[in-house]
Amino acid sequence: MILVLAAGVGIIFATGTFLLLQRTLSRIVLGLGMYGNGVNLLMMLTGGRAGAPPFADGSAKGPMADPMPQAMSLTTIVINLGIIALLLALAYRSATLTGADEVEDDLEDRRIAQARREEEIVAEIEEEEEEPMPATTGGEPPAGGSTSIGEGAQR
Amino acid sequence: MNVVLPLLVALPLLGAGLNMALWRQVRVQQALGTAFLGAALVMSLVLLAHVADEGPVSVHLAGWPAPIGITLVADVFSALLLVVAVATLLAVFVYAVGQPRADKGAFYFHSLYLMLSAGVAGSLLAGDLFNLFVAFEVMLASSYVLITLGGSRDQVRSGMTYVIINLVASTLLVTSVGLLYAATGSVNMAEVALRLQEVPDGVRQALGGLLLVTFGIKAAIFPLFFWLPDSYPTAPVTVTAVFAGLLTKIGVYAIIRSQTLLFPSDEPMVLLLVLAGLTMVVGVLGAIAQDDMKRILSFHIVSQIGYMLFGLGLYSVAGIAGAVFFIVHQIPVKTALFLVNGLVETVTGSSALQRAGGLLRSNPFIAAMFGLAALSLVGVPPFTGFFGKLALVTAGFSVGEWVVTGVALAVSLLTLLSMSKIWANVFWGDHVEREPIIGPAGQVFTLPDHAPRLMNAATLGLVALTLVIAVAAEPVWQLSEQAAEELLAPAGSYIEAVVGP
Repeated sequence: MILVLAAGVGIIFATGTFLLLQRTLSRIVLGLGMYGNGVNLLMMLTGGRAGAPPFADGSAKGPMADPMPQAMSLTTIVINLGIIALLLALAYRSATLTGADEVEDDLEDRRIAQARREEEIVAEIEEEEEEPMPATTGGEPPAGGSTSIGEGAQR
Repeated sequence: MNVVLPLLVALPLLGAGLNMALWRQVRVQQALGTAFLGAALVMSLVLLAHVADEGPVSVHLAGWPAPIGITLVADVFSALLLVVAVATLLAVFVYAVGQPRADKGAFYFHSLYLMLSAGVAGSLLAGDLFNLFVAFEVMLASSYVLITLGGSRDQVRSGMTYVIINLVASTLLVTSVGLLYAATGSVNMAEVALRLQEVPDGVRQALGGLLLVTFGIKAAIFPLFFWLPDSYPTAPVTVTAVFAGLLTKIGVYAIIRSQTLLFPSDEPMVLLLVLAGLTMVVGVLGAIAQDDMKRILSFHIVSQIGYMLFGLGLYSVAGIAGAVFFIVHQIPVKTALFLVNGLVETVTGSSALQRAGGLLRSNPFIAAMFGLAALSLVGVPPFTGFFGKLALVTAGFSVGEWVVTGVALAVSLLTLLSMSKIWANVFWGDHVEREPIIGPAGQVFTLPDHAPRLMNAATLGLVALTLVIAVAAEPVWQLSEQAAEELLAPAGSYIEAVVGP
């Protein structure tokens, strides 16, 4: 019984991680929802075997489940609900602003990629210019390359 | 003290609720917020004076004993950070009140800000791991809304990353709390500390590693810092200032608390030292490569986290005292730098380095504020950063960790380099003609020559706080040392205060 649930926690976490690594925002939100459920199941597992009541009056016979993990997972459920709602609102906002349900490219990444492209172009031009020249100016291309990085970063 | 501890969390929450009810009266909201934060500052000072004299105090809410009820604990470490944190929160709140109306966002800013303050106080005072998680969530949930307050495209893009990363970290935190509960049968930190001694070594190390990763994401240490420089700069300046000053430091607080209390060690922890060195270097190199004041400062947050981790990694009284002092120095200095950045944005309309210039002549006050805060950050004597770094470096040499101490010294120089980059571009140089901003509907906003007086006053207050810490370095250092001694010998102080002798 416990082993089945433990395996369930693993499967839920794996599915959540898979969904989290997608580019679509709605899938990411679903993945986070899976995480929330996986954590709650894990919490329940820490309280011992399933099936026993968490509350019992003195006269009840038989085992009693540990109420602490149940109280804690109740709290996490509430927190998760609120934050997933916020995330859905953000995803909706993002979709209305960009027209696509996707994670946008990182600005920094784009700038670096652009700087590298420019550097390559500059290097190509310099190579072409250099071919007819004598070998005395061989030290220049790297210097030219590095200034283009600087320019790219400043833009 | 039985009243003060819960009030420090409850009062800002009450203020948040009142502010929501009074959403039409912005002036009343501002007055209420200032009053509540001011009261919290007084109470935290009283608390610090009490714990410094009589050792840690704990309160079991509603009289429920340790494993079931909610426990709040304050020792010198948490009380000291609480004083600095609340003072910083108050200064930024006054700054936000002084901001021009258009810049302030919606009416719920004040409520959210007070909720964030409650979360900060709750995280510092929480005596059990589960309520640490809840307080973190209170703090983060308000920060999620604050960081996306404008709802612009950039904010949604980077806010999304911020929310997702933090939610994953929170999930990890609940997972580790669940596993700790499974291993020890309690979430109360003092009880867990006692019971973990009987847990097998392997399990204990796995739990320690899990908590380090969890809090490491929140504190933005080396491999887990990537979300920070991307998300902080897009938020409104008051929000960035509070986040920069406080949120990551609360993560560091949680690392120091959990590692010293739950997973104590007798010798320097190599893993932490390596992470500390890499955090310092990567953060400062990122800062040097940037060309925007806000982004430079954001990368510096990461770099400075490395110093705090370095102090913890040394695992000696001197090292941890250095780390505590460094956090106390960082919170106001970092926030002050971001507030100065806000002033620069107010008068130039941008935080990009080439868009500003010659502020030294046109706005000497802003230049002076930046100069004082930046020198303090770099660690030039006689400012606070110098004492923090001196303590850390001395501790590093006395333990014999030459490499990482050398790295710390070199990173200081690189910090100076990137600060002088801001100085040279924004404050020196020719005066850049300020073009009026054209609004989306064609309306023209002219930029003011000077920032509003209240914003200047708030920045001045925070810079003055760093100067006070520098002048009072000796008493603050003694408190840091006392905090470190308590952290390294929790059995006689922290644990005794919670579970009794």
